[in-house]
Amino acid sequence: MTEDHSNFLAPPRFLSAGDTALVVEFGETVDREVNHRVMRLGEAARAATIAGLVDLVPTFRSLMVHYDPTVTSRRAVEGRLRELLTEAGSAPIVGRLWEFPVLYGEEAGPDLEEVAKRTGLSPERVVELHAGTEYEAYMMGFMPGLAYLGIIPKELELPRRNEPRVRVPAGSVAIAINLTNVYSLESPGGWHLLGRTPVDLFDLHRDPQALLTAGDRVRFRPVGRDVYDELKARMAAGDTRFDPVPQEGEP
Amino acid sequence: MSGLRVVSAGFAPTLQDFGRPHVQHIGVPPSGALDPVALRIANALVGNPPETAAIELRVMGPTVEVEAEAVRLALVGTGSPVEILGERRVEAPSHQSIRLTRGRRLRVGGLSDTGVAYLAVEGGFAVEPVYGSLSTYTRARIGGLDGRALRDGDLLALRQPAAAERAEQRCADRSWWSDGDPVRVVLGPQEDYFTADSLAAFFGGEYRITREADRMGVRLDGPVLQHARGHDIVSDGIATGAIQVPGNGRPIVLLADHQTTGGYPKLGTVISADVPRIGRMRPGDALRFAEVSIDDAETARRALEDRIARTIERFGPAEPWLDEEALYRRNLISGFVESTEAVP
Repeated sequence: MTEDHSNFLAPPRFLSAGDTALVVEFGETVDREVNHRVMRLGEAARAATIAGLVDLVPTFRSLMVHYDPTVTSRRAVEGRLRELLTEAGSAPIVGRLWEFPVLYGEEAGPDLEEVAKRTGLSPERVVELHAGTEYEAYMMGFMPGLAYLGIIPKELELPRRNEPRVRVPAGSVAIAINLTNVYSLESPGGWHLLGRTPVDLFDLHRDPQALLTAGDRVRFRPVGRDVYDELKARMAAGDTRFDPVPQEGEP
Repeated sequence: MSGLRVVSAGFAPTLQDFGRPHVQHIGVPPSGALDPVALRIANALVGNPPETAAIELRVMGPTVEVEAEAVRLALVGTGSPVEILGERRVEAPSHQSIRLTRGRRLRVGGLSDTGVAYLAVEGGFAVEPVYGSLSTYTRARIGGLDGRALRDGDLLALRQPAAAERAEQRCADRSWWSDGDPVRVVLGPQEDYFTADSLAAFFGGEYRITREADRMGVRLDGPVLQHARGHDIVSDGIATGAIQVPGNGRPIVLLADHQTTGGYPKLGTVISADVPRIGRMRPGDALRFAEVSIDDAETARRALEDRIARTIERFGPAEPWLDEEALYRRNLISGFVESTEAVP
């Protein structure tokens, strides 16, 4: 998972995923520019009319295009995507910006001390580095509403835990390798837990259910126990609304 | 409220339809019936649109009581009968519609001949859809009843509380169901992560479905595969039917509840015409794989669609009884349905 610009201008590869999906692959590494090429094709395809299209799933390095083979064919879908590739342009991807409050350390972030020890930093410095970076959502996956956010400062890079946890609480903010994420639901997990956000990233009773989508930007803001508890109580009372940070030009 | 009361759930039955494959981009698995062919036939027998949600049964079926004026239902995908409980226990065959009135109890026992079967009801269930689908994804508690499998005491509300009397239909053609041909696979997207010998072993060998088989996927026992370029990839998308090979070299065929992305190399993808066959398989079942082109896969899917349409066109009349009372009478007279009791 290193930066690799060797694929910078190489044409993407069209790979087979059976007769219901195909993969447009722009690279094999976690790379910002590769990911932006994925995202640009995804946006162009979403805006276009493609008969039989079922879903578009951007990942770090490729776009998976799901389609209905009773309506269309591999040949037709690939042909349309090749047209869109020539039109996709090179505009930067500027997604919505989110700022999630995070209670770092203690039982909310049981791995903060260990991460500090293993990286040779103080816990305060780990928080400062983690919360001092703006991340991009490279892709969604693993569970509903979970975004893989990158890239974390090099000083914080660690392999996944040797012993994955059976239960990671929803809202846990975690790091592994060069990425960070927020567990959107309770699940097993092998990342290092630095803290927890009171915001529900996935809530079936809210519209939209999933806050994040690939291409969004995310910042973390350290908060104290009082702010965390207050927001948590608000969410528990059913007020689960949470909005992105307004951007210039927006009302 | 009119509905079907789950007296005893059996082995975690779930509501399933064609799933929600259009929200994979936010990480929600497609879900849906493991055997959409059987689901479509079950729905056709009770006069429903093909995508109507039905109860997906695995391993052991439920006992259900009719708490509505009358329901019409059909069990498809197994040779096991619908047992109608009462003073006299009678059996109605699967693969036909039957109409049951208020208070009747029915039971589907062990499924010894399939991994999955469907109990469809005329009109379908009055359950709130999630992303346009009633399909249950229990891991994230999405869809179905509160995102979970059915359990004892549940009341499944019906959209249509009184199924009218009409001639019942029967699906005699079972050719869509049992099929011993190799499971067809399109190579990719990461076939280049495997040695040539491993690809040859995969297509030359015999595999068995292990006990690690659920709605997410089935792990296979058979020739162990060697990775040529390591067994971790930067995560990419997953299609239903993908054959994922983790570090231990043992392939897993991913089914309806698969995660939307994954970091293991995928050797190939079971074609959409054959994915329902994997869904039907049980631990211990043997299978072989054959490589086909995408053109072949598309032709096979069209052939399956034609076969389903023909099967539905050829539905015939069911045994001539109008309701379960007639079934009882008929049973007493001729014993045409198998009863555990001797005919007097």
